[in-house]
Amino acid sequence: MKFTDVILQTATKVLAFIILIYAVYVLFAGHHNPGGGFVGGLVTASAIVLLYLAFDTRTVRQIIKADFKWVGAAGVLLAVCTGCAPLVKGEPFLSHSYIDARLPLIGEIHLATAVLFDIGVFLAVIGTTMTIMIGISEDE
Amino acid sequence: MLSSLHWAVTAPFLSAVAMPFLYKYVRRIHLGWFVLVVPFLLFLVFARHYPLRSSMEPVVRSVPWIPSMDVHFTVHLDSLSLLFALLITGIGVLVVLYSVFYMSKERESLHNFYIYLLGFMGAMLGVVLSDNLLVLYMFWELTSISSFLLIAYWFQRKRSRYGAVKALLITVFGGFAMLLGFMMMYAATGTFSIRGIVAAADRFADHSLFLPSMCLILLGALTKSAHFPFHIWLPDAMEAPTPISAYLHSATMVKAGVYVVARFIPVFGGHMEWFWIIVIAGMITLFWGSFLAIRQVDLKAMLAYSTVSQLGLIMTLLGIGSMALDPRLSHETAMLFSGAILAAVFHLVNHSAFKGTLFMVVGILDHELGTRDIRKLGGLMSFMPISFTLTIIGAFSMAGLPPFSGFLSKELFFTGTLTAFRNLDWWAAWIPALAWIASVLTFIYSMMLVFHTFTGKHKPELLDKPSHEASAGMLIPPVILASVVVALFFVPNAVSRTLFEPLMHTTLPGLLPPGETFDVHISHWHGPTTELMMTLAIVVVGTFLFVQLSKWIGLYDYLPGKWTLNRLFDLVLSGMERVSAKITGTYMTGILRHYFVYILGFMIVLTGGSLLLQNAFVFDVSRNADVELYEYAIGVAIVVSAVLMIFSKSRLTAIIALSVIGFLISLFYVVFRAPDLALTQLVVETISTTLFLLCFYFLPKLKKDIGSIPFKITNLIVSIGVGVTFTLIGLSALNHRLFEPISSFYERSYELAGAKNIVNAILVDFRGFDTMLEIVVLFSAGIGVYTLIKFRSSRRGDR
Repeated sequence: MKFTDVILQTATKVLAFIILIYAVYVLFAGHHNPGGGFVGGLVTASAIVLLYLAFDTRTVRQIIKADFKWVGAAGVLLAVCTGCAPLVKGEPFLSHSYIDARLPLIGEIHLATAVLFDIGVFLAVIGTTMTIMIGISEDE
Repeated sequence: MLSSLHWAVTAPFLSAVAMPFLYKYVRRIHLGWFVLVVPFLLFLVFARHYPLRSSMEPVVRSVPWIPSMDVHFTVHLDSLSLLFALLITGIGVLVVLYSVFYMSKERESLHNFYIYLLGFMGAMLGVVLSDNLLVLYMFWELTSISSFLLIAYWFQRKRSRYGAVKALLITVFGGFAMLLGFMMMYAATGTFSIRGIVAAADRFADHSLFLPSMCLILLGALTKSAHFPFHIWLPDAMEAPTPISAYLHSATMVKAGVYVVARFIPVFGGHMEWFWIIVIAGMITLFWGSFLAIRQVDLKAMLAYSTVSQLGLIMTLLGIGSMALDPRLSHETAMLFSGAILAAVFHLVNHSAFKGTLFMVVGILDHELGTRDIRKLGGLMSFMPISFTLTIIGAFSMAGLPPFSGFLSKELFFTGTLTAFRNLDWWAAWIPALAWIASVLTFIYSMMLVFHTFTGKHKPELLDKPSHEASAGMLIPPVILASVVVALFFVPNAVSRTLFEPLMHTTLPGLLPPGETFDVHISHWHGPTTELMMTLAIVVVGTFLFVQLSKWIGLYDYLPGKWTLNRLFDLVLSGMERVSAKITGTYMTGILRHYFVYILGFMIVLTGGSLLLQNAFVFDVSRNADVELYEYAIGVAIVVSAVLMIFSKSRLTAIIALSVIGFLISLFYVVFRAPDLALTQLVVETISTTLFLLCFYFLPKLKKDIGSIPFKITNLIVSIGVGVTFTLIGLSALNHRLFEPISSFYERSYELAGAKNIVNAILVDFRGFDTMLEIVVLFSAGIGVYTLIKFRSSRRGDR
């Protein structure tokens, strides 16, 4: 994929950030509004794919240094660990808990371990999608 | 809450996680030193429960695991478990210490070795401490798997891989049988708890599943403990590194079968079927193992057959001892039989000690001289005096000579076989007779082990390295074991009252009135008894035969080489592979379209068929909402793009038409107010279109005219069938309410999960386990795709 499209590149520079911010929103909004880790992960992946489409592989590698295999593995591990955490307290595997806390500056906030699990899903989805995408696109 | 015993079982697994990191970042120190801490601390944990008294209640700690299916992670520590736990951790310490000097820090991938070893240790502790049958089974299979990995540790060798697969197939086959037996027990008694089953033993004995479950459990135990005719895996398992052979394949894992038999004596003991299966299998194994051991030229193979034989001995004793529970026997006779249980556990401990010593010495020979072929060894006495002494202690104890512990347990063994003979019919005389013959053979190979290796002519020209004694580190573990062998001879009663006596209470419950204790005094001198005469005869006949060995060893050549069990195993295995390859080859064509035809065809037949048979198609429009004009418009657009996709000449058009369908469907979701689905569908469609376009580059040019007419007709039928089936299901699904909808439960998601978004609450909380496994599958698939691509490109690079 090596071609130069000024319009695409310029648009991507702006769009990628908007999409990424939207992805983070979708991830955290998932608790109460439409969204969640799976969609958030896919939106993030599509932003990265857009970067890959607009720029060449080497440029994107310089921007995003992460190895997506590790990202996916970290996601799965995070989800499993969130599941195991309640065992230490003697509760069943994967039972979630939440608290409503009041933090300075942010104010009233609803903290749930389900979100941690969702972040695991989020990372696993990004990792898997990008591993497949990059794997296929780099295959000569 | 997890108790300290639960942590003791999980500690080896948890510490295994740290191994790769320690291996990577602390290269200067041998990894074994870190591992050593684990069994050492565990040994102390278990030693705290020692000494035991028969009046003491077992320690039971339970954590619900899958309570709805009666699976509880219940740890149950009684005298039998404690004996095994001490053996596992105690010999574990010595083996790990030995391996530090045996396994080279520079050349071996030690992290793999120790992860498997720790995994085994945890699994084995799990086996002996679990009260729940399903948990026991899980750990049981884990020991098989870790044994497989350890045998195949040097996986570059063909023999290692062969031995590993053989061991796995045979032990897992037995494990499956045992699982079936456990399930029958559950069906009959309604509980998976061993204590519960023991309590319900009387009721269970009249159940029609009693005998089948007994046979299946014995099948599991006998395969694991390498009994005839399943013993063939153990000699091949000797391809593992020697510390592993000493640990898994002589001291602990192969005794898991013995453990299970001992554990179930309160349930099955006293039944003639149980007695005869165990005694016959045990006696044949005892004889056959010792018979074949003499022929071996590889010292490790000799020890492997010797282990097979000794396991048969222990098992026979357990079988005889279980007769004590026969209600028809008088109290005095029952007490005579119960002595066999004492003999079994005493010999089990002895065997672990002397066989561990011998394995470690053979490991030293292999490590220092580069061979364990008995024909190349000889005259090493002056070069390796300590190893020589250790071999004498181990081998003489195995042969049943004083002043070593094996003498005492061999005497008790003869007492057991004679008891069985005296209280059964005259034809049961074969039991002591065969026991005596096997003991003569044992005596002969024990002498071969000592004298063919350490005396005679020294042959330095056949050895890779100059003969010398091993380093102190490698000698310390066998020296400790050998001192145990000697100490057990002089003070056998040190452990008999505090460990064996309560163990007999556990194994033979209800035999004694409460408050009384078994007589477990092990004495050295009983007067001129039959047992002593038998031992003397063994020494005389054995010595004669050993001296004349070269005259009669040729008899072994008359054994048919073609009709061995190993050959049968290989033939059956390759035959099964051939047949299954043939069957698979008929339908696995490697063409995706064929697979689609199978999958979709089955779907049409099963779902469509059941729809027809049940007469389930109901179509009622009266309750449907009105269809708006724009909904018609979207529907028509979908149809048009579907038709376009089929008839388009270029692949690019087809891909775009396909994605148009996807986007239009997400539009439908928007119309029907399902924002979550719409969002997901939109992004999935975007990504999959991109993916399709990426693959597009690699796909062959689209050819529309491929395939014959029948092929096209099949495709047509299948695709129309799928369409029709799904339309019918969709139309009639609205009109069926077989069960109360579960959606009302999820509507309470805010109180139950603190989340206002029901969809997400289901995904991460209510059905969180599904999601977790889904992402595991997803990620595995991703890694799979990646490896396929990378593997292919690297292969291409080689060419």
